[in-house]
Amino acid sequence: MRHIRSLPLLAALTLMTVQAPLSTLAHAAAPRAVEYKLDNGMMVVVIPDHRAPVVQHMVWYRVGASDEVRGKSGIAHFLEHLMFKGTEKLGPGQFSKIIARNGGQDNAFTGNDSTTYFQSVAKDRLPLVMDMEADRMANLKLDVKQVETERSVILEERRSRVENDPGSQLDEQMRAAMYQNHPYHTPIIGWFHEMQKLTREDAFVFYRRYYAPNNAILVVAGDVEPEDVLKLAKSTYGKLPANPATLRAERPTEPPAVVGRRIQMQDARAGQPTLVRHYLAPCYAKAAPREAEALDLLLKVLAGGSTSRMYKALVVDQKVATSLDGGYSGEALDSGRIALFGVAADGVKLSDLETAMDKVIGDVVAKGVTAKELELARNQYIASYVYESDGIGALARRYGWGLVNGQSINDIEDWPNRLKSVTAEDVKMVAEKYLNSKASVTGWLEPPADPAKKS
Amino acid sequence: MITLSIARTLRPALAALALTSAVFLTSGSANAMKIQSVKSPGGIEAWLVEEHGLPLMTMQFGFMGGSSQDPADKSGVANYITAMMDEGAGDIRSADFQEQLEELAAKMRFETGRDTLTGTFQTLTGNREKAGDLLALALAKPRFDGDAMDRIRGQLQATIQFDAKDPDKIAEQAWFETAYPKHPYGNAVHGTTASTTTISGKDLEAYRARVFARDNLKVAVVGDIDAKTLGAFLDKAFGGLAAKAQLNPVAALDPQGGPAQKQIVMDIPQSVAQFGQIGMKRKDPDFIAAYILNYIMGGGGFASRLMDEVREKRGLAYSVYSYIQPLQQSSIYMGGVATKTDGMDKSLEVIRAELTKMAKDGPTDEELADAKQYLTGSYALNFTSSGSIAGQLLGIQMQDLGIDYIETRNSRVEAVTMADMRRVAKKLLHPDQLIVTVVGKGKPGVAQN
Repeated sequence: MRHIRSLPLLAALTLMTVQAPLSTLAHAAAPRAVEYKLDNGMMVVVIPDHRAPVVQHMVWYRVGASDEVRGKSGIAHFLEHLMFKGTEKLGPGQFSKIIARNGGQDNAFTGNDSTTYFQSVAKDRLPLVMDMEADRMANLKLDVKQVETERSVILEERRSRVENDPGSQLDEQMRAAMYQNHPYHTPIIGWFHEMQKLTREDAFVFYRRYYAPNNAILVVAGDVEPEDVLKLAKSTYGKLPANPATLRAERPTEPPAVVGRRIQMQDARAGQPTLVRHYLAPCYAKAAPREAEALDLLLKVLAGGSTSRMYKALVVDQKVATSLDGGYSGEALDSGRIALFGVAADGVKLSDLETAMDKVIGDVVAKGVTAKELELARNQYIASYVYESDGIGALARRYGWGLVNGQSINDIEDWPNRLKSVTAEDVKMVAEKYLNSKASVTGWLEPPADPAKKS
Repeated sequence: MITLSIARTLRPALAALALTSAVFLTSGSANAMKIQSVKSPGGIEAWLVEEHGLPLMTMQFGFMGGSSQDPADKSGVANYITAMMDEGAGDIRSADFQEQLEELAAKMRFETGRDTLTGTFQTLTGNREKAGDLLALALAKPRFDGDAMDRIRGQLQATIQFDAKDPDKIAEQAWFETAYPKHPYGNAVHGTTASTTTISGKDLEAYRARVFARDNLKVAVVGDIDAKTLGAFLDKAFGGLAAKAQLNPVAALDPQGGPAQKQIVMDIPQSVAQFGQIGMKRKDPDFIAAYILNYIMGGGGFASRLMDEVREKRGLAYSVYSYIQPLQQSSIYMGGVATKTDGMDKSLEVIRAELTKMAKDGPTDEELADAKQYLTGSYALNFTSSGSIAGQLLGIQMQDLGIDYIETRNSRVEAVTMADMRRVAKKLLHPDQLIVTVVGKGKPGVAQN
């Protein structure tokens, strides 16, 4: 549980670290993606990796929770669930059953900016899954009763993920406070009271508008040849008509940040008092040249793991925290986030932990990072790149996330070169610019002063 | 990925499940994996799969013992030691040790379960020897300095406090305490605030000296290394360990006290439950049949009856599952469900009814055929990275299933008949004996079924 707020952050970091080869070592090891475009506008990306006779097949739609109409929060995710309820050809629940019967695994996930469906199968089953995925891109069938039942499921999902977990509630509140106007304000899963009212028709409106080949990216990684995948794509997805109406509505943007925000939560279910700090930051797709890369390096030096400055200062030297972590996540369409996370040591007040944290932040803003720190951080990224190339799931996600968030294959594969070009001055500059208290949200989570009252 | 995205299903990440589900080869695969049994000059054995596509190596290794070897009054020793392994060794103190690991971009991670303590070591080929020196030091000469001990104690105790408020963790721990009274399996793997307060560096060293031994070690290596080089590397990494382990005997014990239902009151909108009963030992000739049965019952995600009845038909839960957890001296058939407060009675009723039905009639022909197709066909998916392959190879060794296991496993799944399934369903499933622990709103106290 202590990891709940730090793990997603690290997962995001991980994604950023694996974008493309950094050194010649990594370069030699890097599989390269091949890109095509179907006549109906669907992007096809193939990453050959012949080490095991399996493939990862993913379809990424350029639509997510932040494209929902106000008042319909959760519909992107609800639709994702409903996509397993059958088509004109397939009965309810048959999709996953057929995949399993073919020795495959399947799942899906919804983000702010994208919705992804994926299967892992033996390579000779690729035609089957492409046929089925193309089928549900166009021929979804929903019966009212099933929609009702599935709505109960997503409400239970929300209870599990959010209502039952104060750490997750804090994160939701902090996100809502950070984004005052942009739809990242709204939780991906939706607000409970709005989820309760989502209907079959809401799902279909969203589906008809956004689920079309011209709004999707096919990513296939594994034991395949690019031309073979292209041929299969043409005979499956290629037969679907494009939908010119898939255009995303323009999203509202944030006003200038005027003042930092604070969320102070007391909850009987809280463990050790916990401090979380978020800063608004640019995302990879929209940052100025080298800014996002510099943010990755900055956060590694500042708070990434037990060799970081903040861990050494707060956990090892001052002993005001028992755990400390942090990172930058820039995989988004409109905006990224810096996050810092600390658990107070026994008897330490969150205000004191916060003061100590701010001192380390102030120091890096004033003085930047050393050449040695910068090199060590870069070194970590080289290794992460190589380690994470070792698996077709990670490879497919690397490209899918980048592409769906507005990067090109070239952007993705050129990442190490940009990272290499980041200087200590760049890092100092992003520290000054983005460790800005006005664009921050600070969260406190602790048990009530007298826990006997509540528990 | 929670803030980035939310997935449609959560599958329980259980080592036992992964181990047993993962060992099926696609017969006739052109890429069939070759496992070499390597013996070092110093006599240390390892299984090796050479894979030179990427300049890296993953090694997983394990010692029998785990938290069941914790001293009776000091639960949490094994877990504590796993957190101390990169906190300095030999002449190198904590901060320097971690910095050297980072400079080499090597990864070293340890974890413990009830029966085994395992390590994962990853290195780039170019840094292998230097990283191996650090691993060797950590295993044979960890420092356990007082300041590092205190710092890690703080982290472990914070974890214990968080777990004490986490409904899933509470339900699980209550289940184990109920089922294994006065037995090491009943103790929390993480220990307690009280026990971790008393654990010293001497306790960790005593555990290390007893458990970290060459005759108690299994090793799996995947990646950019050949057998000869690996032999020398094994001697370097593990040569400093004692020849023989001195494990304390752990009594064989089936889960006790069923049927029972225990309610732990907590003010949360969603209740969570763990339910479990005696499972099937890994060495039981019926284990494979029981494993298939669990896939059909609650292990197979959307292909399982529990998911179908509780989630798909009734919308009672997002997550409902079951698994078989074979322990060295016991075995559990365990499951879990999370549902809104007033959905719990109904969910448990449905689960019991499904277990009863399965015990009585067994699966359908179609279910058995589907399960076999999934279990045999999905083999290759568990061998797609160095880490996952090493994990499989280590698991097979730790469970002593033999180096030919991968080749024979598919045919053993295929060989299970409907008669076997019906017999094993009756033998395994005892819904009238379930131990259930529920965390959520509700009446306090213990109600017997």
